[in-house]
Amino acid sequence: MADFLQIQGVSKSFGPFQAVRDVTLSVAQGEIFSLLGGSGCGKTTLLRMLAGFEDPTAGRIFLDGRDMAGVPPWARPVHMMFQSYALFPHMTVEANISYGLKHDALTPAQRRDRVREMLDLVQLTPTATRKPHQISGGQRQRVALARALARQPKLLLLDEPLAALDKKLREHTQFELMSIQARTGVTFIVVTHDQEEAMTLSDRIAVMDRGQVQQVGSPTEIYEYPVNRFVASFIGAITSFDAEVVARDAGFLTLHVPDFGGQVTTREADFAPGTRVTLALRPEKLVISKDRPPGNAVQGVVKDLAYFGKDSLYRITLASGALVQAHAVNQARGAAMVADWDDQVWLSFQPSAAIVLGG
Amino acid sequence: MTRRPTFLLSVLAFGFAFFYVPILSMMVYSFNASRLATVWGGFSTKWYGALMSNSQVGEALLLSLKIALVSSTLATILGTLAGIALVRFTKFRGRTLFSGLVTAPLIMPEVITGVSALIFFLLLAGWIGWPAQRGFTTITLAHVTFSMVFVTTIVQARLLQSDRAIEEAAMDLGTRPWGVLWDITLPVISPAILSGWLLAFTISLDDVVITSFTTGPGSTTLPLLIWSKVKLGVTPDINALATLMVLAVGLGVAVAGVVMNRAEARRLADERLAYRAQG
Repeated sequence: MADFLQIQGVSKSFGPFQAVRDVTLSVAQGEIFSLLGGSGCGKTTLLRMLAGFEDPTAGRIFLDGRDMAGVPPWARPVHMMFQSYALFPHMTVEANISYGLKHDALTPAQRRDRVREMLDLVQLTPTATRKPHQISGGQRQRVALARALARQPKLLLLDEPLAALDKKLREHTQFELMSIQARTGVTFIVVTHDQEEAMTLSDRIAVMDRGQVQQVGSPTEIYEYPVNRFVASFIGAITSFDAEVVARDAGFLTLHVPDFGGQVTTREADFAPGTRVTLALRPEKLVISKDRPPGNAVQGVVKDLAYFGKDSLYRITLASGALVQAHAVNQARGAAMVADWDDQVWLSFQPSAAIVLGG
Repeated sequence: MTRRPTFLLSVLAFGFAFFYVPILSMMVYSFNASRLATVWGGFSTKWYGALMSNSQVGEALLLSLKIALVSSTLATILGTLAGIALVRFTKFRGRTLFSGLVTAPLIMPEVITGVSALIFFLLLAGWIGWPAQRGFTTITLAHVTFSMVFVTTIVQARLLQSDRAIEEAAMDLGTRPWGVLWDITLPVISPAILSGWLLAFTISLDDVVITSFTTGPGSTTLPLLIWSKVKLGVTPDINALATLMVLAVGLGVAVAGVVMNRAEARRLADERLAYRAQG
């Protein structure tokens, strides 16, 4: 697997600025692969290199075994759905979708069939003869998708596909995108800054920062087993503490955590005693209780709490002054919440729930 | 009680009077029976009749229209290409110089442009024997050089507003750059090209200064004709001619207004349609 799209040591510089640094990735056929990162992390530049709008300064890109170096955008079996959708304003929905087909050797009847098929796929048949300014934002997004899929590309690039939609429509469209991908079997590369979008859409995610890939993995791997502090804090909420390894034995790691004023036990990780590490805890992995539970526990005071209905978010100050975020599901209806403002509480967690990172 | 804002109303009246009384008085005096432009001698339409039978005016008008048509079309082609080059090709050798040269006629005094065009044509005639005589061709060429910048400016502004991504999308869908220009760029900027052409046409039609330097014997445009007639004293037939021109322009503006109102109404209807389609 994973030989369909190969990005080998690709870098891109604009003058003195290195937008993409030595990125190596491989993507399997039929996968939804996301490039996730903040603005300026190089994800869009990487996407534009795949489309052929930018040439890599170094490195190579292979698509289905073919070297893409020097292949202009119009000759690549790669199509892109632009963030602004980039629909042709002077053409109808139908004409937008069939535009790329004029370069294929199709009879007029075949072309009409393909357009009809695409309109059907994105459920836009009733609006086929409208112009882009006569349809809604969600419909425009679907026209852009249909136009990019019409020529049956090997690879579909989606630049922030959902960013321009409102929240409710975004959720609906997410599932629609996934079902269209499943039906067409086209490999999707999605660029996004929205971690939730990346988590729900993707088979695998590459988290990028300052032009470099920080981690590649499935959404679960990225969330539960981040490899460094950047990934841990970029995906979901997390609280980090400086710690030092005290002992490593029998599948466990004992850490001294100054903020906790004591030691905690975590799953074994590849760190020798004496190493400085980071202990990272996700809010939903922490348990809040009034009495001291056995195992890893630390005492604090509830500084702030936010009630969301199904759950609540607590901000708890430890004796050292450090602030910890904890999530609690409100299981009982109408009953008092686990804790109130200024309550003294205990925070505890399982050894397997803690993330230990180098540095 | 609402107090009538007397002061504001009188300012308004004065402003309108300042703009339109000269034109109105000219229109009224075009129906003057007297030969003297400043003495009212009763109502008459004889100057309109005199105008109709004056073949000189008709020829001048025809020449003006021909020059305006050809020069504005050439200026539109060149100006559009220059605008596209300046916006879409941000890196080429001599771009700054090119940009400066294209916009120079905007700030150059017309007299200078006219004189230099005249000297250029004289030198050229000395070297290669062309243009042997100044007239239609030389006026048209001179008009192209100074009206092109208006087209370039309008096209440039429109291109800067338009989404570069739509051109990339066309390229991404398999179209080569020249095809993209033809399929996408030109249709999208066509309103700007049209207004550039109209502007160039108007400017060419009423130019006196540059035309007077580049014209030759037998080539009298309408503005030149009016100018030369007025030098000998304002006659009522000039008033009649000017009145007809004002009416033609007024009609043009009215038609344009109606068309634009219709387009706006259609746009609003489209928006309502899109709103209903939401979701």
